[in-house]
Order: sequence, then C-alpha cells, then structure tokens
Amino acid sequence: MESLSIGKSVSELHELLVNKNISATELTKAYIDRIQAVDPDLQAYLTVLEDQALTQAAEVDQRIAQGEVLGALEGIPMALKDNMCTEGVRTSCASKMLENFIPPYNATVTDRLRTAGTILLGKVNMDEFAMGSSTENSYFTKTRNPWNLEYVPGGSSGGAAVAVAADEAAFSLGSDTGGSIRQPAAFCGVVGMKPTYGAVSRYGLIAYASSLDQIGPLTKTVRDNALVMNAIAGYDPLDSTSVPQDKPDYTKFLVNDIKGLKIGFPREYFGEGIDPDVARGIQASIQTLINLGAEVAECSLPHTEYAIPAYYLIATAEASSNLARYDGVRYGFRAEADDVLGMFRQTRAEGFGPEVKRRIMLGTYALSSGYYDAYYLKAQKVRTLIKQDFDRAFEKFDILLSPAAPTPAFKFGEKVADPLAMYLSDITTVPINLAGIPAISIPAGFVNGLPIGLQLMGKALDEGTLYRAAYTFEQNTQYHTLKPNLAREVLTCGSR
Amino acid sequence: MVVADKYEMVCGLEVHVELQTKTKIFCGCTTEFGGEQNTHVCPVCLGMPGALPVLNREVVNYAIKAGLALDCEIAEFSKFDRKNYFYPDLSKNYQTSQFDLPICIKGGLEIEVEGDKKWIGITRAHMEEDAGKLVHSGETITTSNESSVDYNRAGVPLLEIVSEPDMRSIPEVLAYLEKLVQILEYTEVSDCRLEQGSVRFDVNVSLRPIGATTLGTRTETKNLNSFSSVRRCMEYEVARQARVLEAGEKVVQETRTWDEGQGITLSLRSKEEAHDYRYFPEPDLVPLVIDREWVEKIRKTLPELPAARRARLQTLGLSAYDAGVITQAKDMADFFDAALSCGGDAKTLANWVMGDFTRLLNTNQCSVADSPISAKQLAELLTLIDKGTLSGKIAKSVLEQMYSTSKDPSRIVKEKGLAQISDEGALLGIIDGVIAANPQSVEDYRAGKDRAIGFLVGQIMKATKGQANPGLVNQLLKEKLSS
Amino acid sequence: MTISREDVEYVAALARLELTEQETQEYTEQLNSILGYAAMLERLDTSDVQPTAHAVPLHNVLREDQVKSSINHEKALRNAPDGEEGFFRVPKISLT
Ligand SMILES: [Mg+2]
Ligand SMILES: [Zn+2]
Repeated sequence: MESLSIGKSVSELHELLVNKNISATELTKAYIDRIQAVDPDLQAYLTVLEDQALTQAAEVDQRIAQGEVLGALEGIPMALKDNMCTEGVRTSCASKMLENFIPPYNATVTDRLRTAGTILLGKVNMDEFAMGSSTENSYFTKTRNPWNLEYVPGGSSGGAAVAVAADEAAFSLGSDTGGSIRQPAAFCGVVGMKPTYGAVSRYGLIAYASSLDQIGPLTKTVRDNALVMNAIAGYDPLDSTSVPQDKPDYTKFLVNDIKGLKIGFPREYFGEGIDPDVARGIQASIQTLINLGAEVAECSLPHTEYAIPAYYLIATAEASSNLARYDGVRYGFRAEADDVLGMFRQTRAEGFGPEVKRRIMLGTYALSSGYYDAYYLKAQKVRTLIKQDFDRAFEKFDILLSPAAPTPAFKFGEKVADPLAMYLSDITTVPINLAGIPAISIPAGFVNGLPIGLQLMGKALDEGTLYRAAYTFEQNTQYHTLKPNLAREVLTCGSR
Repeated sequence: MVVADKYEMVCGLEVHVELQTKTKIFCGCTTEFGGEQNTHVCPVCLGMPGALPVLNREVVNYAIKAGLALDCEIAEFSKFDRKNYFYPDLSKNYQTSQFDLPICIKGGLEIEVEGDKKWIGITRAHMEEDAGKLVHSGETITTSNESSVDYNRAGVPLLEIVSEPDMRSIPEVLAYLEKLVQILEYTEVSDCRLEQGSVRFDVNVSLRPIGATTLGTRTETKNLNSFSSVRRCMEYEVARQARVLEAGEKVVQETRTWDEGQGITLSLRSKEEAHDYRYFPEPDLVPLVIDREWVEKIRKTLPELPAARRARLQTLGLSAYDAGVITQAKDMADFFDAALSCGGDAKTLANWVMGDFTRLLNTNQCSVADSPISAKQLAELLTLIDKGTLSGKIAKSVLEQMYSTSKDPSRIVKEKGLAQISDEGALLGIIDGVIAANPQSVEDYRAGKDRAIGFLVGQIMKATKGQANPGLVNQLLKEKLSS
Repeated sequence: MTISREDVEYVAALARLELTEQETQEYTEQLNSILGYAAMLERLDTSDVQPTAHAVPLHNVLREDQVKSSINHEKALRNAPDGEEGFFRVPKISLT
C-alpha cells in the first residue's frame, strides 16, 4: 500500500479513497508503517495514536461502505503540533512542565478536523511552548531535517513540517507566533500558511503570545493548504479575537493565472543578514512571477529593522503572563517544597527549559514597574508603525514577497549559544505577525541541497490572493515535486 | 475623627461586589453559591492551557446600571487588563481586571451623619473576576501545613468600586457603606448577601497631623466582609498607626489582613515586589465600546433610587424619619408602594408597615420577600378599618391570622364573624337590654356622673364580643339616655 | 541601560523562578545583550503614535448569560499533582 499512498497529496488521496483504490484503514496503516520506518531517525512525533487512528479510520470506512459522499478531508491521516489540545490525549507543548498533561477538552481546530473526518495520527514535536526557531528547545527530542539529518528542521513547528516533508502525515497543523509555520515549511520544502490573526480560532491552542499566535496548515501542495483552511478557518464564539466573517471557499482562488497581479518586494527583506544564495533563489522566483504576467516592483517597509526588538518585547511580555499558570497546583509538573512559594519557584525552575525561562525573564522585565513605558508600551507603538508600513504598501500592491527565512536550515547547535543571533534570524517573518496579516511560504528552490521558501504576504483576510499567487507559482515550477531521499539518509544515519 | 488630639484619619474604600449574573464573567459556569468543591468549573475558569475567556454581556449591563446609580460617567471606551501576581487561588496567576480605562468613572454618593450631609466621591468602578477559595487544614492560614483550593468562585463577576479618600471618621465610613449597599440592592445588580461574601471591603486608612494637607502613609486591609468587621478593624488600625507615629516611627505602606478572632490586623504581602502587578492589556479580550444608546437603554431599567423615593414619600405626608425607615431596604419600599397603589392613606399605611407588620416579620424572622401577607392584603385590611368594618384592635388580631393563614382579611372577618356591628337597629336592641339591666348606672349618669357611661359602653362591648362600633355605641347610648 | 544582577534577581522573584548562580549570571549577560539591541527603539519618535494591542480591531465581543455545563470532578482534577477529596492541595502558604 505504501507505494500507492505515501507521497501523495491530500487531493490525490481523496481520489484514491473515493474510487476505493484504498480504504481509510489501509491508508492509515500505511502512514503508521511509514512513521515506524522513518521516525526513529527523524523524531517528528512525540505521540503516535495507532489504535485511535485505526478506530477513526474504521469509522470512515463504514461511512464509505454506506455510500456516503466523502468530504475533502475525510479519511485523511494528519498530525497536530503538540500545543493544540486533544481531549484524552497528552498535549505536552514539548515541555517537562506538561509531560503528563491530558487535556479535558479539544481545541476548536481539533474538533473541526474531527468533524471533517480526518484521522489524527499523533502529536508532533516543537520548541518548548513554541519558543524557538529550530525545534532544538524541545524537552523530549531533536527533530531532524529530512533533507539532511545534520540540519535542524526549523521551528517552532519543526515536527509538523518534517511529518509532511517526510510523508509521515498527509498534512499537519502548526502554530505561528513569529514565523513558526513559515520558517520550518521553508526549511523542509513544504507549503506553510500563517493565516490572518483571528481567521483560525486559538481556542485550545496553548498560548505563547496571545496577540501574535495563529494556527495554520502545513501541506505538500497549495491546493491541500486551501482544503485544510476550508476545514479549520471561520468564526468561533469561544475565541473573542476570532474574526466574525463568512469564511470563503479557499479553493475558489486556485487559478493558474496572475496576470496583472501587483507584487511588491520590500528592499529591507533583501539586505543585511540575507544569505546571498537565498537572495539569488528568490530573485529567480521573482523572474518566474514576472514571466507569468505579474507586475513586480521594489517597495519599502521602513520600520522593518525595529520589528525584531518590538516582537521580542511584546511576545515575551505576553508569554511571561501566559506561562504564569504553570505552578504545580492544577496540572503539570510539581516540585515538592515545604511551602507554596518554594513549590512555585522550584516547579518553574525544573519544569521549564532554559529558553522558556529566558523569555519569561525578558518579558517580566519588560512589564515590570519602571520599564513598562520604555519597553512594552514602546514596542506596542512600534507595532503600530510596522502595521502602517504594510497598510501603505498594500495601497500599491496586491501582495508582497520576500524570502521566508534569511538562510536555509542550519546545523544543530549552530545558534544555540547566542540567543540574540537566533532571534535575528526571524527578521523576515515577525513583522507579519505584528501586523496580523496572512503570509504563506512555498518551496522555491534549493541551496546546497536544502530547500528555501518564498514568502508571499497579503492584506488582512485576503488569504485568497495568496493562494492564487502561490498556486500559479507552484503550477509553473517543479520544486514541490522533489522529495528528500530519505532511504539514503536514514541508511546513513542508521549505520552511524 | 481626631486621634490622640493630633491626628486626623483619612479613609478610602474599595468595595468588591458580586454581580447577580447566572454565569461567570468569562465562561458559562454557574455562579450559584455553594455546590460541591470544584464542580462549578471548566477549562476557562480553571486556567487550563489553551482555554480563552469570552465576556458575559450581562456583566457589562450590570456594571453600567450600577455606574449610573452611583452617578458615574460610563466610559465610551474601556478595556480589560491582566493584573499579574501569583497566588494559589488564582487559576491563571493573573487576574483579568480593568486598569487604566475602567467602565465607570467620576461618580459619588451623599451620606448623612448626625444631620450633616457630605458627598463621597467614587473614583471608578471596574469589572473583574473573583478568585477561588482557600480552605486551610489548620485554624488560620499561617498555622496550616497545607491548604486546599476550590475554584467554584473563580471567575464570578465582581464590580470593584473605588472611593476617593473622602471619609474622615468611622461613622462616615459606615454611612458610606450602608448607602452603597442600599443602592446596589435597589438596582438589583447584586443580592448583597454579606454573609455569603458577595460584598467585600478593602479599607485604606492613613493618619495625618491635624491641619496637614498631604496624605499620610496608608495601609490597605483586605477582604473584610461585614460592617462590624470594618468598624473594629478601623478602630484597631487607627489606634495602631497612632501608636506607631507617637513612637516617632513611620507607618509602612503595606497590605494587611484582619484577624477576626484576635481583633487585630496583620501584615500580609509586605515585600515591595508584591505591588509590581505588571498590568498590561488583556490580549485575549477585545475592547468595549459603549455608545449612548446602550447607556440610555440601561438607564430606563433603573429603579427609583433611595433618595428620590424618600423625597416622594415625604410629599405624601410621611415624616423624613418614616420615609427613611421605609426606603431603607428596597423590598420594604416596594411592599409599601404596592400596598399604597391599592388606595388608602400613606401615613396610616406607613404606621402599619413600620409597626405591626414589621414586628410580625421580625418575631417570625421572616423577610419582606417571604412575607405570607401580600401588599394587597395589607391594603385591604386598612380599607376594612377605614370603612368601619373592623376596629383597630381587632384588625391587629386579623393581621396575625393573615400571617399564619395567608388568607385575605375579608375572608377571615367573614369566617370568624369579626365584622364590627355598625347596624343601628341591631345595636339599639342591645343598648336597650343593657339600660334595662343596669338601672343604677343609668341613674348615676343622669345624676351627672359622666363616668357611669363608660361602664355602660363596656357592657355593650362585652355583649357584642368587642365587635360593636365604639363611636356609634357612644352616640346612640347618649341619645337614649338623654331622651 | 544596563541590567544588574539585582535586577535579574528581582525579576526572577516576580516570575517565581528559582535561578542557579550560573543562570543568574547567564541571564544577566543575555538580557543585557538583548535589551541593548532593543535600545534601537529609542531612535524612533513615537510620541504621536497610538499603541497596538490587538492585530485586528474588534470590539464588543460578548456572550449571553446562559449556563453551560461545567466539567465533571474527575476531569477537573485528573491532572492535579495533589488532588484529594475534590480539592487541589497546596503546601503551607506563608504570608511574607
Ligand atoms: Mg481588584
Ligand atoms: Zn468555568
């Protein structure tokens, strides 16, 4: 069955199921076999739900047997980043703090994907509490890049990107606070969408930075991405920041035509810190888009360089508050101590990893008495300026483009020693979260055998135009059809 | 208030009032009091990872209503903020509250102490969530080796009403609190059940030398839950601060707790860091924009407030004192108005309501709301007196029977044959009999001994079991004797 | 602006984080480096700029006052490190 199913897109798998070339159970088994074969080396999964997945698959097969019309995602095996709550299934946030946490409820996205008939294969690795750009901050394990096992998969949704890139899931959901979907998608050569803030409910997403967090799909193709968005997007009364809009059918935008589309490339995204090879790759993509009829011109987002400090002040401030609840009283890890204060301090000292503690420290400092105005409030004002930059650019352009990340994937340990250097590598992604607008990363070439991503940014709630442009680019390029040669990699790794 | 001949007391209050909604402020859990521990909880109020708050519309409506009753401006734009501090009863280790842009600002109310009227300013009133409840294994928090947490209360909506430091004596403070609670009860934004903790008081007290214009260092004593605790706590704290100052020391700005058993205040979180709450806008909730239309809609639901009601009752002929007593509690005032609407004299009604009716309720420890006698029934009773069907004396016993049976007074009168005999024909027969049976008294009366008529009236009343109309008996008897 | 050791200790106390000697030292250095970088924000004149707290400008998102069923005891306490008789238990609470 593997040859028949593995490596196929969601829409191809849907055809196989509809035409009864394969059953949902066979498909699920094939994915579980695949996980068992490659995950010991890739380490994308923290929890594999074999029994539950096969039960869900059997339900779908029953519906098929009853002649029901299959929904676009029905019977499709997928994975969730381990910061989305799944009732009865451990949700760890890749932290010792939540190592044994079993949520009593489902995230809205979990419910919606269940309603859509998808099959949950398991929960995938991430940076602890989504804080990081390499998935190296997971308490449990290091996830490897399937294109080269010595390289990081990106982060924080590293497991979600690897699961899709290595065909360990047909699609996955990640979360993106400052690039955590787009950067690992770029590093692993898959399609990753960070929707408009508020387009997908955050209910049940374990918060990192509430005003920036957003859930989105990681998929093999642009069409798959739109299909998953159809299932997860839309107003949710449980999330006060959910946008009350009628969700469009995102697949309607999948047309192979961008003639006349006005695309801006902000010069600040091509400057210092951008790997010249990456820049060259993106230049080639620009040429492709021009050849396809788009009108591409340079533009400026003048406050871009301020985005990193503004982002790290806002995100860590919110995080310091969001993560205060992990105190050993109601759930999660508890260190024993004689009194409550000692229990709080020791629980948090042992339960959180170094990066999480660093960000809690930074955020607490930024909010503390005497520094609020200079740091937090200032950052919120700079956020306004960054938003205005985009507003102005979108007066002239339909979409903007840039590299999804300044470099291809880097080696393990390369940036761990210098947190600031790690933070600076988020320059191409964080301004988008500050502005709340949507952006997608799509495969756009290779540098030294590692994928690079093209990032397209759109107006708020205009995911449609991003899908149109991304789809057209994808249909006229071959990058998305290339696969990591895992057999060789796994072999090399296994012989070590 | 002058302390030790040198100091003036300055006091401001923060009052936390539980709003009378069905559900908590940010989730659909019930606010019902009691309930087994940790059964009125959900992912939101337990602060579970990933759970998000959604604001209860009714909380906003009540906050607006209370604000209007307290003469506040309702802010067109307000928002929620997080107040960050760690405590085991706080499920997220931050309290969702309102910081710099509260829903109600710049209000106040008038108090009266020994005839002197004074305006007490209300700085602000804001919405926030309550915390859970700690149950200690030992006697007190400090002597317990462990504590248990019940989050049933966590997320119950509160309105925190902050006064200006306008009060200068304990009687002023008590007058302010009574007035405040009265208004909140009137507007029905809270049931104000103090014994269930639905109103709690934080008392800010400082002393300063008489004549000084700047404020002294204050302490804040938190979580008092009765007027008497407030009074005792303030007496203690004022004396304590005076002693500190007299000893040439400085009062430490700190949060204190009231130990009811020992009758003293104790230092709570004195560390400087305890005051660094790191407020910032709540990213999980969006701002509130309250337009004039919304405010006016709520204003229409406001009842007549105590001051206006008192004034109206005075125009009906009630004394200031009587009007004050009747309007003290809203249910009593509502009862009065309901009875009055059935007709009759306001002053007479007031006497009955404040007198026999209240006495009856008190004896039976019954609230006006639970009274077996309806306002309409009381009004009917007074009509029966007015028409001469009942004497005042018999009416009192009818009222008691109304209480025990809930029957209409006319039915009781009928069943027991209690109607006053005002029929001249019937009375004349009885009078004739009494005159015939008591020739000596008739003789005495005619000889000028006026007292003798009293004996004859008494005999007639006795013969009618007290049901004869005394005025009519007097009149008829005199006519007979002089003919 | 430099962050002192004492600042770091104060912040750690606020955040209820027990730090080792080494962590205190490391975080002092790293916070200095990160906030030193963030000092670039001072270059921007933001006196006339309104802060942005929410990416999408929504307001008045409200829920009706209707009771929804709470979760059961077992679910509420399932993850409690020390849950007994329906309570969450904590060690001694010291006042200061
Ligand atoms: Mg408060
Ligand atoms: Zn709840």
